Amino acid sequence: MTATLSATQTCLSLEDVSIRYWNNEAVRGVHLGVPRHKVTAFIGPSGCGKSTVLRCLNRMNDLIEGCTLSGRVVFDGQDLYAKTVDPVEVRRRIGMVFQKPNPFPKSIYDNIAFGARINGYTGDMDELVERSLRKAALWDETKDKLSESGYALSGGQQQRLCIARTIAIDPEVILMDEPCSALDPISTLKIEEMIHELKNSYTIVIVTHNMQQAVRVSDMTGFFNVNTFSDRDTKVGCLEEFADTQTIFNSPQQKATQDYVSGRFG
Amino acid sequence: MAFLPSAVVSHPTSLRFQASLPRNRWNALLTAVAAVFSAIAVLPLVLVLGYVLFKGGSLISATLLTELPPPPGLEGGGIGNAILGTIVVTLVASLIAIPVGVGGGVYLAEYSRSGWFAQFVRFGTNVLSGVPSIICGVFIYGLIVSTRLFFGQSYSAMAGGVALSVLMLPTVIKTTDEALKLVPQELRLGAMGLGASQFVTITRITLPTAFTPIATGVVLGIARAAGETAPLIFTALFSPFWPEGLFNPIATMSVLIFNFAIMPYEAQNALAWAASFVLVLMILLANLFARWVARFTRV
Repeated sequence: MTATLSATQTCLSLEDVSIRYWNNEAVRGVHLGVPRHKVTAFIGPSGCGKSTVLRCLNRMNDLIEGCTLSGRVVFDGQDLYAKTVDPVEVRRRIGMVFQKPNPFPKSIYDNIAFGARINGYTGDMDELVERSLRKAALWDETKDKLSESGYALSGGQQQRLCIARTIAIDPEVILMDEPCSALDPISTLKIEEMIHELKNSYTIVIVTHNMQQAVRVSDMTGFFNVNTFSDRDTKVGCLEEFADTQTIFNSPQQKATQDYVSGRFG
Repeated sequence: MAFLPSAVVSHPTSLRFQASLPRNRWNALLTAVAAVFSAIAVLPLVLVLGYVLFKGGSLISATLLTELPPPPGLEGGGIGNAILGTIVVTLVASLIAIPVGVGGGVYLAEYSRSGWFAQFVRFGTNVLSGVPSIICGVFIYGLIVSTRLFFGQSYSAMAGGVALSVLMLPTVIKTTDEALKLVPQELRLGAMGLGASQFVTITRITLPTAFTPIATGVVLGIARAAGETAPLIFTALFSPFWPEGLFNPIATMSVLIFNFAIMPYEAQNALAWAASFVLVLMILLANLFARWVARFTRV
C-alpha cells in the first residue's frame, strides 16, 4: 500500500496537541506533519517537551500516570486518541527505540523473535531474525552468537539490537528517543548510517540533543523551545519552528531558532 | 599553588600509633562491646543447632524415616507418617499461597502501583505477616474445622494446609511485589513499545526477569510454614497412623514434637528430638535451596 502513496505524503499529523502531567502543562499547541518515508528530527533545549511529543505519537504516554493529551494526533486518517483505538495496536504500527538500550534478559535471537511472536508472525523465524539483524547492521557481529544473552553485547550493539527488534515487528513508523545519547561516536555513526538505510522502508522520527546529528540524518527538523505564557507561572514547551532541515539550520525564520542552532543558547 | 611557610606545616609529633590516646581507647572499648553483643546474638543459633544435633542426631536411622511412631510404652518406631504429613500439608499450603500470593503481588506491582486499594492491600499484608500464627489457627478452626466445611470432616490435612497458606501469603505477596518493583521500567516500556499487551509484558518479560527473587521468597515462605506448630494443633490435629487422604487428621512433625516432647515416655521423647533434628535439617535444606535458586544467572 505504501508504495502507491507519494513519498512526501503526511504520515502522522499533530493538530493543536497539548500535553500535561497532572496540572503541569508540558507542551502546548503543537501543529506538525511528519512526512512519510523521511526522517524527522526534533531538537531543542532540555525540558522543551520534545520527548513528550515523541511519546505521544505511539501512546507511550498512556503508561505515565497523570499524563493527558488534548488535540488530535492523526495517523493514516485515524485519530490515535479516539476512544475506540487500542493503544497496543497503535504501538505495533508505530514502534519505539529508547534512549537507554533496553534489551530483554533473553538471547539475541529471542530478543528479536519476541515482538514477532506476540504479533502472531508465522513465517520463518530464523529468516526474520537474520533479515532484522542485517537491516540493523548487526548480523556480522552476532551471527555466531545468536543464543547468547543480549546483555553480552556492547552498548552500541545493544542499541542496534533494540532497533533490530523494532524492525522485526515491521512497523510503519519508528520513533527514536535520543537513540545515540548513551553511545560512543563510532556506534553513533553506525546507527546514523542505518537510519539512512531505514528511511526507504520506514518513516522515522528521532529526538536528538546533537544538532550535527539532526543535520546528518534528518530531512525535516522541528525546533522545540520553552516559552512563558501569560496564564502560566512555569515555562511551557512549544514547537517554535518546523521546516526542512536545511532551512532550520541555514535560514531559520525565528530568532530563537537562529540563536539555538548557532549555539548561542541551549 | 603557593607553598605554605614551613612553620605552619611543621609536625612536632611522630606518626606512630599511640594506644593511650582517648580516641584509640574508646575505639578499642566500643569494638570489644560490639564484638561481645554480636557473639551473644549468634549464640542461640549455634546452641539450638548444636543441642538438636546432639540430642537427635544419634537417633537418625532408616527406620526413623520410614516407620510409624510406637504406641505409648513401647520402644522403637519412627516418624515416617509425620514427615509425609508435613510434606502433604506444606504442599497444600503452597498450592494455595503461591498462585494467590504471586497474583496479588503482580496486581500490586504492575496494575495498581499507588492506588488506594493497593495501599490498603500492602498495609493489610504487613499486618497479616505480623499476626501470631496461633490466631491463623483459631481463624481456620472457626472457619473450616468447627463448621465441618469439607465433606463434614472436622480436623483435616486440608484445614492445616489452608491455615499454613494464610501464614505464607504475606511473604509471597511481599517478595513478589518487591521483586517486580526491581525490574527496570525500561524493560516494560521496551515490550510495550513493540506492541505487547500488559498481560504479555508481565508473563513474558517482567515475571521471568523477577523469577529468582520471587522463587527465593517462596522457598523461604515454605520453610517458615513447614516449621509452624500453632496453626496445625487445632486444624490438622495429629494422627498416629499413615495419612488417610486430605480430609482426615494428619500427623506433622511440628505437632509430633509438641505432643511427644511432653509425654512421660522416653521412646517418645527421643522421637521428638529426632523429629526436631529432621525438621531443622529440612528447613536448612530449604534455605540452602533458596540460596542456590538465587544464584541462578539469567540467560
